[in-house]
Parts: sequence; C-alpha cells; structure tokens
Amino acid sequence: MGAFDSSSLSQFVQLGLQGISTGAIYSLVALGLVLGYKATEVLNFAHGDVLMLSSFAAWYFIVEAGLSFWLALPLVVLLAALLCWLLEARVMRAIVGQPQFAGVMLTIGIGFMIRGGTSMVFGPDSRSYPTPWSGRTTTLGGAVVADLNLVILAAALGVTALLFVFLQRTALGVAIQASSQNQLASYLCGVRVKRLNSLVWAISGAIAALCGILLAPISLVDLSLWFVMLKALAALVLGGFGSVPGAILGGLLIGLTEQFSGVYLPDGFKDVMPYLVLIAVLVFFPRGLIGEAHGRRV
Amino acid sequence: MSRGNYQASYAEGRALLRTREQRLLYGALAAVLVVAPFAIPTFYVGEASFIFIMCIASLGLMTLTGFTGQVSLGQAAFLGIGAYTHAQLLTLGLPLPLSLLAAACTAGLAGLAVGLPAIRVSGLHLAVVTLAFAIVTEHVAGRWKSVTGGHSGLAVPDPVLFGFSLGGPLPFYFLCLAMLALVLWLLLNLTRSATGRAFVGVRDSEAAAQGLGIHVARTKVLAFVISAAVSGLAGALLAHQTQFITPESFGLALSLQLVLMVFIGGMGSLRGAILGALLIGMLPSLISLAKPLLPARIGSQFGLELFVYGAVLVFFVLLEPRGIDGRWVRIRSALDAFPLRRRGGFRRQKAYMRSERG
Repeated sequence: MGAFDSSSLSQFVQLGLQGISTGAIYSLVALGLVLGYKATEVLNFAHGDVLMLSSFAAWYFIVEAGLSFWLALPLVVLLAALLCWLLEARVMRAIVGQPQFAGVMLTIGIGFMIRGGTSMVFGPDSRSYPTPWSGRTTTLGGAVVADLNLVILAAALGVTALLFVFLQRTALGVAIQASSQNQLASYLCGVRVKRLNSLVWAISGAIAALCGILLAPISLVDLSLWFVMLKALAALVLGGFGSVPGAILGGLLIGLTEQFSGVYLPDGFKDVMPYLVLIAVLVFFPRGLIGEAHGRRV
Repeated sequence: MSRGNYQASYAEGRALLRTREQRLLYGALAAVLVVAPFAIPTFYVGEASFIFIMCIASLGLMTLTGFTGQVSLGQAAFLGIGAYTHAQLLTLGLPLPLSLLAAACTAGLAGLAVGLPAIRVSGLHLAVVTLAFAIVTEHVAGRWKSVTGGHSGLAVPDPVLFGFSLGGPLPFYFLCLAMLALVLWLLLNLTRSATGRAFVGVRDSEAAAQGLGIHVARTKVLAFVISAAVSGLAGALLAHQTQFITPESFGLALSLQLVLMVFIGGMGSLRGAILGALLIGMLPSLISLAKPLLPARIGSQFGLELFVYGAVLVFFVLLEPRGIDGRWVRIRSALDAFPLRRRGGFRRQKAYMRSERG
C-alpha cells in the first residue's frame, strides 16, 4: 500500500510539473497576445502563426544551415521581432480606428498567409531539430522531468521577470503602460505612440518566437503548432482580457487542467477540458478571474 | 430613375421586388439557374450545389454577425450538428423533409445553448466562446462513436422524396436551389419584420435598443437560434453533398471560411452573404485552374489555397472593408446618378463592433 501511495504521489508531482511547464508555454504565448492587445486593441490571431513560422526558421538555421542552437535562437527571435514590427507599422496601422472585428479579420488573414506561405516554402512534413537539452531528464521529488520542460519553465519565469522590470522600472516601459491606458493623453505628453505600438508588437513577436523555438523540440516542427494559440486564447480569457498577471495565471491553470484531466478524467477529456473551463469561466465570471474593470460599454 | 426609391402605394412598399427592372432581372436570374444545370458539365453541377449550400450557411451566419453584430467563430459546429442529426434520422427511416426540419431544429437548440452565454459576454469574448464551443463539438463528434462513427466517419443515405431519389447531381442541384430560395425568402422577410429591425437595433446600439423597448437578451438569443437553425439545414445538405461525414469536415477551417464569406461579401447584407459564398466557394476551383501556371513547388494545394484565402481577406479588410456588396451598391448608385457623381457620399458610418475600452 505504501508503494502505491508513493507512486501516486510521484505521479501527482510529475503531472503537476508537466502541467506547469506546458502552462508556462501557454502563459508566454498569452502574454505576447495581451501585450499586443493592450497596446493596439487588436487581438492578434496571427500570433500562433508567427510562433509556427519561428520554429520552421529555427529548423532551417539549425539543421539546413548548420548554425549552433545558441546562434540560431537570437537570430530567429530578432527576425520574428522585425516581422511583427513591420506588420504593425505597415499593415495594422491602416485599420486604426476601425471596428475591432476588422482587426480580427486582418490578423486572421495575415495568419492564413503566413501558414500558407510556410507550407509552400517548407512543405507540409513535420520535422525536428536538436537542442542542448534534447533527451536529457532530471529527477525531481521522485518525478522524472525532461530538461526541456525545466528550460521552458525557466524561460517563462525569466521573460516574465524581465518584462515586469521593463514595464515597471524603465521610462520606456512606463510610456508603454501609459499609452496602453490612454493613447491621446500619452501622445500629448510627448510619448511617441506609433513607435511604441510597433515596439510592443515586436516584443510580442519575439516572445512568440522564443515559445516556438522551445516548444518545437517537444511537439514537432509542424504547421499545426499554431494550435497552441487556441490554448493561449483560453488562458487569456480565463485570466481576464488585457491583464498581464491574469494571462500568466490563466496559462498555468489551463496547463494544469489539461494534464490532470488527461489522467483523472475519462479518455478524451484532455483535449476538451481547457475549452470547457473557458466556457464555464466566461459564463459565470464574464470578466475573467483577474479582469480589468471595464467602464461604460454603451 | 425608377429604382424603387419612391413608393406610390402600400403594396409597392411591401413588395420584395419593387420595380419592373428588378422583376425582370431576378426572373432572368432564376431562369438561368433553372436552365443552367442542363447546359453545363456534371462536375460543375455538383460544384454549383456546393456553392448553394455554402450560400445557405453564409446567410445563416450573416443573420447573426451581419445583422445582430454577434461574432461567431464556431459556426461550423452548427453545420456539423445538423449534418449528424440528419444522417442519423435518415438512417432511422424518417422522410427527407421531416429530417431536414429536425436537423434545423436540433441545430437551433444548440444555438440556444450557445446563445445564452451571449447575454453575458459580448464582442471578442463571445467570439472566443463560440470558438471553444466549436472545438468541443468537434472533439465530441470524434469521440461519440455510437452516434457519429468517430473519426472513421458516417455514411449518409441518399435523399429520397416521395419515392424519387434525389441523389443524382441534377435532382440534388434543384433540392439545394429550392432550399436556398426558401431560406433567402424567409430571411428577406425576417429582416423586414420587427424582429429583423430589432436585430439591427441591437447591433448598432444595445443601449438605444434597450431604450426603445427591445428585449436585448431575447433578441440576441433568437438571432443565435435562427442562425444556427439555418446553418443546421446547410449542414444537412452538405452531408448529402459529401455523402460521408467526418468530424474534421466541420472543423475550424469551415468556420473561418464562413466568416470569410460573410466579411468579404459585406456585413449586413443578404446579397453580400451570397456574393461572398460565391467568391469563396469558387476559389478552390479557380486556384486549381491557375495551378498549372505556377511552379510545381508552390503548387502544393493546401498551402496555396490558404495563402490565397489570406491574401483575399487582407485585401478586403484594407481596401474594401464594406465587401463586395458595398462596391456593388456604390457602382449602382454611381450609375443611377450618372452625370452627377458626388464624392464622399459613402463615408463609413456604421460600426459593427465597437471598442471595448469605451
């Protein structure tokens, strides 16, 4: 009986760790979405496609071009940031002031183009690339965890901490916060709103790229990688739209829900549970768990 | 100048087709649609039926998104529910008309279930709820093997009406055409009724609609029910078209395609829904026609199709945000007022979804 207890405990720990590490990915993706949403009020449906494209780019640099992982990582992150900067500055800006639905449609269209383009350039096969942590595991509290999962967790913590410091302690970060609260007022105070919006999109793209690079070795470099966006969307809504801590909490909750429902609930619930939780939360707490108070909506 | 802008009698005001020109034009269109299947190759008859079905589905979504302003990114779920209900009921031996009706009703009930959250959430939140609902529905269809056959699919019996099989391309074409005409006629009258006006009121301003005594919550849910029922009907017909249904055929791709049709056609116009369905429905065929002209590597159908869909969507959002219907209306009124064209007569005024920041 004792053996059973310890094995179920270690299973619990294992599931928890796994849930937290997949949740960390969802949190990171959702974080990128929230940043873009807060700055430009556009929910970027192409976010998952940028992530997917980055993983293909990383595969190209590492496997085809033979670069080392540590060289490919910043390169891809920079390229994704550049892509998103250009998207915001050249494309999204054309629809500023139009109804929110236009932004949704435009980013869906851009996402389709990125996915279609990737499929045309790289072909539809899935593939993989080596990382410094591939195939290595660590034993933690009786649970065996792939090192990659720990790296993801560390990266998520690192990015969140960096962003926190950036947004709270630097002049640029405070300007970003100001312009996301009231663009006109911050513009009148001398904040260069347009450039900041592009910068925020670039940061969000860089985060997406980081997620793509770290997620691809676990799942596979594949077109369907953009599906992580749907989970991130669930995380985002769960935490309350436009709330950074909410997005992180939501991501972790979704990750944990997914892992635990895969084991403790009947077969098939693993894929559906995040969305069921999402619907339930939205119906009972329409503002999310840590929602920002919306004022009038008339 | 006889565009039906002025009415001389109540009967004229109530008529769907107001002028003789309109009656002649739409009569000619109907005649062409009836004669066409006898003149074109069988393959294109099948394609035309498919486009009619897409028109019905797109009309359903237009009622919801275009008229009531409720965005649904999960419309394919309603098509799926309609399709599975229809296939099961036909297998049980229910006659075709009853089964179609039941499929529409079941989908309508599902619409009721999805519409209830719409009372509490709106805008992007609602879009996400419908998206989640569609994903859940697809997974359930994949798992509930005793009813849906799971991922291996479900064969759909041939449609039979009063002892005649409607399974062939020609009879099926006319079945779809008749259904499209019926749905279009019903929705045309709906949009002119008090309910339809309430839909538009809720879209344009919930507060104003409430102030005018419109029951906003009930109106929204009703829009969901009607839209889902129409989509369910389209799904039932689509089941016949494909003859074999799998959960994947009612996935996210179809939902997004429908949103594309509605948006590209032009929000808030039934004509737009049909034009959009026409364009998006024909796109795959057009792409296959253009494929031999492209290098082999780019010719991978999936990627190219997706890319073209995306490019068309981006084009319309950036350059033609009122869709094909908006362009149509502008050309028509320019022709009407021919020598006296006025600039700026078509400034954008309506907002279908407003900022959440207030």
